Amino acid sequence: MIRIEGLSRVSGSKTILDSIKLEINRGEIFTFIGPSGSGKTTLLRLIDLLDTPTTGAIIFDNTDTTAPDTDRLAIRRRMSMVFQKPAVLNITVAGNVAFGLKFRGIEKSETDSRVHEALEIVGLLHLADRKAVTLSGGEMQRVAIARALVTRPEVLLLDEPTANLDPVSSEIIENLIIRINKEMHTTIVLSTHDMIQGQRLADRIGVIMAGKIVQVGSPNDIFYQPFSKDIARLVGIDAPLKGIVKSNDRGHAEIVIGNSIFEAITSAPAEQRVLLYIRPEEIAIRLSDSTTEKTSARNQLLGTITRMVQFGPFIRVTVDCGAPLTALITRKSCEELGLSMGMKVKAIVKATAIHVTPDSG
Amino acid sequence: MSEIVSGLLQAINLIITFDPEVMQIAALSIMISLAATVIAASISIPLGGIIHFYEFRGKRAVIILIQTLYSIPTVVVGLLLYLMLSRSGPLGYFGLLFTPGGMIIGQAVLIIPIITGLVIAALGGVDRNISDTIISLGATGFQTILEVVREARLAILSAVVLGFGRAISEVGVAMMIGGNIRGETRVLTTAIALQTGIGDFPFSIALGIILLLIALVIVVIMNILISGLSAESQQALGGPRI
Repeated sequence: MIRIEGLSRVSGSKTILDSIKLEINRGEIFTFIGPSGSGKTTLLRLIDLLDTPTTGAIIFDNTDTTAPDTDRLAIRRRMSMVFQKPAVLNITVAGNVAFGLKFRGIEKSETDSRVHEALEIVGLLHLADRKAVTLSGGEMQRVAIARALVTRPEVLLLDEPTANLDPVSSEIIENLIIRINKEMHTTIVLSTHDMIQGQRLADRIGVIMAGKIVQVGSPNDIFYQPFSKDIARLVGIDAPLKGIVKSNDRGHAEIVIGNSIFEAITSAPAEQRVLLYIRPEEIAIRLSDSTTEKTSARNQLLGTITRMVQFGPFIRVTVDCGAPLTALITRKSCEELGLSMGMKVKAIVKATAIHVTPDSG
Repeated sequence: MSEIVSGLLQAINLIITFDPEVMQIAALSIMISLAATVIAASISIPLGGIIHFYEFRGKRAVIILIQTLYSIPTVVVGLLLYLMLSRSGPLGYFGLLFTPGGMIIGQAVLIIPIITGLVIAALGGVDRNISDTIISLGATGFQTILEVVREARLAILSAVVLGFGRAISEVGVAMMIGGNIRGETRVLTTAIALQTGIGDFPFSIALGIILLLIALVIVVIMNILISGLSAESQQALGGPRI
């Protein structure tokens, strides 16, 4: 649907995007994730043909948009973009939604029925005659989505669609995005810095860091097999642990880290230096004296709590088991277990939850 | 002291009895400055639009030049136009020197920079989010300009009102191009200057009060526009309103 080749954008002396190469397929939800300022918005603006690239090409449905005789307006009209901060005009909700149709000279009866349909999809039909500026942030974002949908775009671009919204509004928007993709078969390209959102929505993810696409793949690829330490850190895995494979029995390896032994699934042979990535939400914590509960988890490491940091509704608990392991647990279970600094606990990790890569460094 | 008090009382008398000469001068002032404002606005708004919407070399320099001309002395405009409009000047053929027509041109020239500059600022003040949204919704270049101008309409209108304020209160152009001819080109500011010179204080004070009243009306209009503007720009930000 959209093919991007060697795309760069330079502003002054700063390179915002650097040699982006990418293909977005028809009908998929493609998500750009990356830290703030990594170039996500710039890339979406280039795709929507709002800005022009410094070098490179964007091929939209086999048409090179950078060719001099291309009708960029005609191509732009096959897409819609929803911006991070929705700009609603000081008119009614229905008037806002009809805006794109007005530019296309669509007849009033057709406009009315399409606006009705778009407002129905976003669930705001009851607010059609309200002044759009009196709505809440989440409702405004839905107006912006309805306004983008009403022109029946083939590609819907969404820049950080839930960045400033409360969790309930965010969930509504996320469900809406999935529905639009499934029911209207709209290709969706969105950017987010919310890893969980990326995981939840995307068919494929492109990780952008400092203006470069550093990894493209399914959410599983990105979250469980990050190409680099930086990507691992971005997607929420703490600094990887360095270890050496002690033995490997048909892919089930024992890996020595400090004075502990971890079991993990890898093809790395004995004596190989490796890095271990463990997502904090894959680590469970158990009190050290509860020996009776049996578990299938292969790794049960005794250690001391050295750090506890609040993280939204969660607490990140770092346990020093010879190597530092960070677990993401709910505040409730933290209270029930009565966890505190210096306490002896067991950190529990399934062997399959550990991702192992060779350590080249 | 008694001179000021008696002058003030006589001035009020001149105003409330609708003294024909006072009224004629006030009406002529308003007419000339209104005409100058309409002409200046019809040049400045498109000009400001062109400068805002089109990228060209030296754009920054042009804006700086326009801003410099905000404070061009009225007597300098008067001098330049005098040279142009006098019988021997390049535009002398039209015989506009010492006519209301000449004054209208002079005041228009005077306020074109300030209106143009404020129009550029008004268009630049439209939230980029709004213009981006308009473009991404598939507007043509012309539709985009139309919608952005519509968003900026109150700020543009206040630029025009401000231009009128400068036109009606200036004295240099009116004196040098108009010549302060009684019943023909005598306006509020030139009449005040002359009547004060010959010691007719009640007449000057009356005209001064009228000029201040006009200024008051302008300020009231400006305030109404600006309060509407700030609400508008709040809404333009699109944030949740509490």
